[in-house]
Amino acid sequence: MTLAVQLGVLGLYLVASLAIGLIAYRATDSAAEDYYLAGRTLGTGVLLFTTFATLLSAFTFFGGPNVAFSIGPEWLLVMGLMDGILFAVLWYVVGYKQWLVGKKHGYVTMGEMLGDRFGSSRLRGLVAGVGLLWLFPYVMLQQQGAGQAVVGLTDGAIPYWAGAALITVFMILYVTLAGLRGVAWTDTLQGVFMLGVLWVAVAWLATSVGGIGALTDQMVSTNPEFGALGGGAYSVQYILGTAITIAFGVAAFPQVNQRFFMAKRVETLKRSFALWPVLVVLLFVPAFLLGAWASGLGVAVPEGGNVIPAVLNEYTPAWFTALVVAGAMAAMMSSSDSMLLSGSSYFTRDIYRPLLAPDASEEREGRIARIGVAVFATATLVGALLTQGGGLGAIVALGDTAFGGYAQLTLPLLCALYWGGTTRTGMLAGIVVSQAVYLAHVGVLSVLGMEGVTVAGVTLLKASYLTWEYALWCMLLSLVVTVGVSLVTPPAGSENPAKFGVGAD
Amino acid sequence: MGLDANDVDVSPVEATLWVLAIAVVVALAVPWFLWRDATIVAGLPAWIWWHIVWMGVASLVFYGFSRRAWGLGVEL
Repeated sequence: MTLAVQLGVLGLYLVASLAIGLIAYRATDSAAEDYYLAGRTLGTGVLLFTTFATLLSAFTFFGGPNVAFSIGPEWLLVMGLMDGILFAVLWYVVGYKQWLVGKKHGYVTMGEMLGDRFGSSRLRGLVAGVGLLWLFPYVMLQQQGAGQAVVGLTDGAIPYWAGAALITVFMILYVTLAGLRGVAWTDTLQGVFMLGVLWVAVAWLATSVGGIGALTDQMVSTNPEFGALGGGAYSVQYILGTAITIAFGVAAFPQVNQRFFMAKRVETLKRSFALWPVLVVLLFVPAFLLGAWASGLGVAVPEGGNVIPAVLNEYTPAWFTALVVAGAMAAMMSSSDSMLLSGSSYFTRDIYRPLLAPDASEEREGRIARIGVAVFATATLVGALLTQGGGLGAIVALGDTAFGGYAQLTLPLLCALYWGGTTRTGMLAGIVVSQAVYLAHVGVLSVLGMEGVTVAGVTLLKASYLTWEYALWCMLLSLVVTVGVSLVTPPAGSENPAKFGVGAD
Repeated sequence: MGLDANDVDVSPVEATLWVLAIAVVVALAVPWFLWRDATIVAGLPAWIWWHIVWMGVASLVFYGFSRRAWGLGVEL
């Protein structure tokens, strides 16, 4: 009975998403710009929610609350600084500028924009390649999370592979059919749905335990540290380092960066910018507090399981837990579907078209893009299936460090957008060097599990230097190399800083 | 064209104030003055209330900026 209810709720949810995709399909034509950017016509509500839902992932419902459950609710502040404030500032500094430049010259991807400004298809391909390198494992982790969520919800009645495959098939269906318009519309449904179920969950829990005061009292009496700000794992360096790295990473994440090109009017960008911090509070305060409060309720979280379904299973009926797990699936699907679409556009526009088929028509590119989505999603699904039993450790490590990987692109991007003295060689060097050094760290620390490499008495490739994490130092390196090399190299004849509205020095 | 705020109709004083206001919003997103403080107010730790209120303040500052000084430093 319970299983039937849970499956019914999940099934209804998936069918509703698909139905919205089909409606959007009727409004979409086959040209690439319409497919990727919904013809640059998104209004405030949809742009805000599609960007927001895109930022959310398994972390909102599972990872984040799990962290709050085990080390305290300070992640609220990390999230507030990161997504509520730093990302809003980048939304203006990177996003508004890209919107202006993109509107003027018709760009669809970051690689296309930079390649055109610096007259370099090599730079274009490099940016797309770096984008795809980190995107693949990140999408794979989302499918893995979906598979595990279904197993957890149904106590294994639906196996892992079936859960992951189900989500993938639904995503391929509505993404290939309806493109960005379908993604944006379903994201809006998913975002509203997620906000709704989280607040109902808090109300439900508070009512059955005796109010939020009682929840907090029990949390603090079990873990006195949870009430005090900082301490334990939460050092100043951790809070700042995490917030800065991820905020800068988000700005270059393909599916987020591409949204900078989508707004119809500047009003849309302005409203989204101002609403950003409020939305962060509305979503993450209930999600992370549920995790932190659960630590005082003696909730048993199964090995490898998640705290939110565990606490809801104890205090709410089965159908509601199923709704919240559907909300988590919504979070995973809403970030993965956008990533699939962006990954596909990076491949078709920046690699396939310039290098393999310069004469392809818009229609043909639109078709290739749809095939690309299906191939990409199927490949990441195969990856997600192979990770069971501990396979593909290296790719999982890449997925876990993807935000830092994207963060290495953001400072060179800012140089290009604002400093006319940036040269093609400077961009290529800044991106290649910072990616190589960051990847070396990920390889040594996460793949090989070492603590560093000692050469002639000096330990390099460590997790942190002078107490600050390596991703931040790599970002600094990306800036120093981009600026340094730009200063000592002349611009190539085909470079055109005026395209970004900046004069050459 | 270029980096200056030619297209934005705010005085240099106001532009400086906006930059300062946004810097304060960023700097106090984490209430450093409450570090290690464990006071509980109305059912939640005081620093969580700070977070909630401060995000509201940030939204207001961003809204004001978007009305008055949008384009500062960014116009194409």
